[in-house]
Amino acid sequence: MLWEILITAGFWAAAMRIATTYLLGTLGELLCERAGVLNLGIEGIMTAGAMSGWMWAYYTGDLWAAVVFAFAVGAVAGALHALLTVFLGVSQHVSGIGLTLLCSSLSYYVFRMLLPTSTTPPKIVPFAPIDAGFLADIPLLGEALFAQTPLTYLALALAVAVAYFLYRTPLGLAVRLVGENPAAADSQGIPVYWVRAGAVMVGSGLMAIGGSFLTLAHFDAFYFGMINGRGWICVALVIFASWRPGKAFWGVLLFAAIEAFQLRAKQVTGGLPYQFYLMLPYALSILALIVWSRKASYPRALLVPYRRGQR
Amino acid sequence: MRLEPRETLHWTWLFMAPLAAIAAALAICSLLIAWADAPVLEAYGLVAKGAFGSRLGMTETLARSTPLILTGLAAAAAFRAKLWNIGGEGQFYMGALAATMLGTGALAMHPAALIPVLFLAGAIAGGATLLVPALLKARFNVDEVVTTLLLNFIILLLVSFLLEGPLKDPNALGWPQSASVVDEAVLPKLVSKSRLHLGLVIAVAAAAAVWLIMFRTRLGLEIRAVGHNPDAARFAGVGITATLVKTALLSGGLAGMAGVSELTGLKGYLTLDISPGFGYAGIAVAMLALLHPLAVVPAAVFLSAMFVGTDSMSRVLSIPTYLADVQVACAILLVMVFVLFARFRIRRG
Repeated sequence: MLWEILITAGFWAAAMRIATTYLLGTLGELLCERAGVLNLGIEGIMTAGAMSGWMWAYYTGDLWAAVVFAFAVGAVAGALHALLTVFLGVSQHVSGIGLTLLCSSLSYYVFRMLLPTSTTPPKIVPFAPIDAGFLADIPLLGEALFAQTPLTYLALALAVAVAYFLYRTPLGLAVRLVGENPAAADSQGIPVYWVRAGAVMVGSGLMAIGGSFLTLAHFDAFYFGMINGRGWICVALVIFASWRPGKAFWGVLLFAAIEAFQLRAKQVTGGLPYQFYLMLPYALSILALIVWSRKASYPRALLVPYRRGQR
Repeated sequence: MRLEPRETLHWTWLFMAPLAAIAAALAICSLLIAWADAPVLEAYGLVAKGAFGSRLGMTETLARSTPLILTGLAAAAAFRAKLWNIGGEGQFYMGALAATMLGTGALAMHPAALIPVLFLAGAIAGGATLLVPALLKARFNVDEVVTTLLLNFIILLLVSFLLEGPLKDPNALGWPQSASVVDEAVLPKLVSKSRLHLGLVIAVAAAAAVWLIMFRTRLGLEIRAVGHNPDAARFAGVGITATLVKTALLSGGLAGMAGVSELTGLKGYLTLDISPGFGYAGIAVAMLALLHPLAVVPAAVFLSAMFVGTDSMSRVLSIPTYLADVQVACAILLVMVFVLFARFRIRRG
C-alpha cells in the first residue's frame, strides 16, 4: 500500500538526505535575495560546488577540506555575480543565466581536463553516516535524525545560523535593509554595495556546499548534468518560503518528503510510466509558485540595482 | 566612483560592444587552451578553419545556425518586453512534437501545403507552451524565469514518455525514437550532399519579419514600451496582459518553429537529443545581438561557428569541446559590461 511508505524508516531517512542539497541551496538563494540580488547562477554554482568539492576529495582524500574548497569556489562565482549586478548594476537575470552557463561549462571543462579518459567515473570514499549508537534504532525517525552524514547536520545548523544572523545580528539587519530600502541603508552609513556583495558571496558559497553534498555524501562520483534542475527548484522554494529561513526549512522538508515518496511510490504502484513520477518535483514547484506568489512579499529592492545619488 | 549616463549614445559604441566582448572572451579562454598545452593561435586557426575552411564546414555552420536564429529571435522578442523566457528549449521540443504528430502520416498533402502547416502547428504548440507562464506572470505575479525553466524539464520528460510509449517507432530496434516524417514533409536541401536545408531561408525570413513587427508595427511599439517602463505603458493605454500574451505567442512560436525546422530539415524523426541545448544557446544569441532581430542572424552564425569549429579543433588538439560553451558564457557576461560602458561613463566622486 502507498501509505505504508510513510511508516518506513528508510523513507524518512531518504527525505532528510534529499532535503540537504535543497536546504543549502535555498538558504544560499535566500541570503542573496534578502540583500536584493536574484542569483540565477545557482544551478551552475551547484554544479561547480559538486565538481570542485569532489575533485578536491579525489586528489587529497580530505572531505572537510573539500567542503571548504567548494564553498570558496562558490564564493568566487558569487563575487563575479556581485561585481556585475551590485557594482555595475547590469541585469540580474542575464548575469545569473550567464553565470550558470559559465560555471557549468567551466566545471565540465576542468573535469575533462583533469580526468580526460575516464569512461566510468572514478569514485571517492564519501562521508559516512554518523554513529549515534542506540539512537539510530529509534523506530521510524531514528535513522532520519541520527544516522545522516555530517553535511546534513551542517545544513540544519546553517539554517539556524542564517535565521539567527538575519534577525538577531546588526549585520543581518543591514542585509535585510539593503534588500528593502538601500537608500535608507546608505543614509545610515551602511556600505550598501559591500553588504550586498558579501551576502551574494556567502549565499553562493552555501549553494556550492549544497552541490558538493551530492558528490561527497549522497553519491560518490561526479556526473555530467547531475544537478538536473535542483538549483531552479531552490529558487522556487525561496518564494514558497516567503524569504524566511524557518519556513524554508519546513518547505524543503515537505518537498524532499514528496520526492522521496515518489521514488518509492514508483516501485510500489508501477502503474504510471516512470517519467510522470520524475515530473513531480518540477510540477510541484510550479504549483507552489502559483499558490504562494500572489501574496508573496518580495524584498522590495529585489532586482533593482542601487546607484548612489540616483532616484 | 559612480556611473553617469552619457549625453549622447553613438551607435558605433553599441555596435562595437559585442565585438569587443567576443574578442575579450577569446582572450580569456586562451588561458584554458594554454592549460591544455596547446598552441593558442593555432587552436583558434583550427576553429576558424573547421567552421569556414571547407564546403562541409561552411554548410555545417549554416545548418547549425538555423535553429539558433529562430531560438535567438524567440529570446530577443520576449526579452524586449522583459518577459524572461528561458523556456526556449521546452518550446523547441513542443514544436518538434507537434510536427511529429502531424507529419508522420496523419496528414496527406502536397509539400507546398504540408510544410507551412507543420510550421504553423509547431508555432502554435510553442506559443501555447509559453502562454501558460506568461498568463501566470500577468495574472498571479508568478516569476516566469522559474516556471519556464521548470517546464523545460517537464516537457523533456513528456517527450521521453511519448517516445517510449505512444509515439515509439516499432521498427527502431528498441531506440526511443518516433517514426520518420513523410517525404512530403521533408525540407528540401539548399546545397546537395550537405545538411543545409530550407530552414535557413525560413529562419532569415523570420528575422526580417520580427524586425518589421518590432520596429514598424503598433505591436512592436507596445512590446518595447512594456519592456522599457510598464507603468508608463499602462498609463499610455497599452494593455500589459494583452501585450505579454502576444509576445508569448510570438516568442514561443519562433522557438517552436526551430523544433519543426530541425525535425523536418535534418533528422526526420524525433529523438530526446534532437536539441543539444538550442533553446538555451538562443539566449546567448539574443544577448550578443543586443536583442536586435537582424543582428540575431550574424550572432547565430558566430555561435554556430564556435560550436562547429571547436568540435573539429578539439579532435586535432584534444581539448574538451566544453571550451566553446565557456567562451559563449564569457561573451554573454562581457557584452553586458561593454554595453554598460557604452551607455555610461565613470565619474570620480
